[in-house]
Amino acid sequence: MSSVTFYGLLGSLLVGLGLYGVIVGLGALRKILAFNLLGSGVFLLFGVIAQRGAGAGFGGDPVPQALVITGLVVAFAATALAVGLLVRLGESAALDDVEDAPEGES
Amino acid sequence: MSAILDLASLADVVLAVTALLLGLWVILTADALRAAIGFLVYGLLMAIVWIRLDAPDIALTEAAIGGGLIGLLVLGASTRVPPAPVARSARRWPLHLLAALLSAAVALGLATVVLSLPDPAPSLAATVAAELPATAVENPVTAVLMAFRAVDTLFETVVLVLALIAFWSLIPDASWRQPLAWLPLPHPSPPLVLLARLLLPLVILVALHLFWIGASLPGGKFQAGALLAGVWALAMVAGVMQPPAATQRLPRLLAVIGPLVFFAIGLAGIWLAGDFLAYPLGVEKPLILLIEAVLLVSVAVVLGLILAGLPDAREDRP
Repeated sequence: MSSVTFYGLLGSLLVGLGLYGVIVGLGALRKILAFNLLGSGVFLLFGVIAQRGAGAGFGGDPVPQALVITGLVVAFAATALAVGLLVRLGESAALDDVEDAPEGES
Repeated sequence: MSAILDLASLADVVLAVTALLLGLWVILTADALRAAIGFLVYGLLMAIVWIRLDAPDIALTEAAIGGGLIGLLVLGASTRVPPAPVARSARRWPLHLLAALLSAAVALGLATVVLSLPDPAPSLAATVAAELPATAVENPVTAVLMAFRAVDTLFETVVLVLALIAFWSLIPDASWRQPLAWLPLPHPSPPLVLLARLLLPLVILVALHLFWIGASLPGGKFQAGALLAGVWALAMVAGVMQPPAATQRLPRLLAVIGPLVFFAIGLAGIWLAGDFLAYPLGVEKPLILLIEAVLLVSVAVVLGLILAGLPDAREDRP
């Protein structure tokens, strides 16, 4: 198996891992991190497709590579917004985390 | 020769296993702070993965943004959000099992797709190579970002500004004029202050270098802007520079100047070159440099302002 395919499989596993974390992660901050893991897996799949398209003297197809760079910057902006919302939520309401409320206790 | 290949694939396996274990750590470790640190290390590992995939431009971006800036943001936030409730795993295990099955199915599906990708792979590399001389830029990724897919880059920088506006809209009215407060330490240690003072000029030089070589070698405005934002954040943490307030005009102006100039040049292209975001013949290189320079300023300022966070809402309640 070529190393490119190998990293493609790593990307698939990271997407699965991130998805699992988004569903069961403890607390909203963990879910944000897991969402970034998921995104990083998607970027890796993009990178694998770029590398498979290597040609014309380039190490990879530059179009998907450029898309990953813009994607990384936008992912940061989205993460920042989510983190800001979370911090304000904690400050303003002193609420419990938005994790599933403990049933049967309240 | 085969020994070298084996060593390389061994490195691949070690990288992949470490990345997966760090991913598991980020999701399962009990403490949010540890998860954030794990994610920081994960980002740096991914940068090495990008090198292995022959994508040095992405590797630089990943190391600066995926590892550094997101790690810093989440690290700071992990001390600000209330701790997550303790899980009572006994009652949640069916949900966990279901989620694990679903995630495994998604991963398996993607893996099947990866294994059955068409061969030879469709690629725009030849088209980019054929059109590259027209842009007067030698780095193909920069050419895609600034010429062939310039509209993506334009709207991406608009997204950055919109994210900053949305982020700042979370500031409560009462603390609107307060300085942004997430970064400064109350008592920065002298070694940290010294480090910030030493690194500040050095990193600015490195960032300008990265920016300048971006036309022909891996690098460019996003990588350089992220570096500048990072060192600005360090200077604010150490108290070497004071964080601005959201009401100050200069940071606001610098945040929007990049997209504004980019958009203006794009509009001018309708008359001068026949299409939105088309560059007139002969001045492609200076125009691209000008756009890259103002975008560098805007990217650095927006990322830095986001890292600087929000004013402290708890202190100044009327």
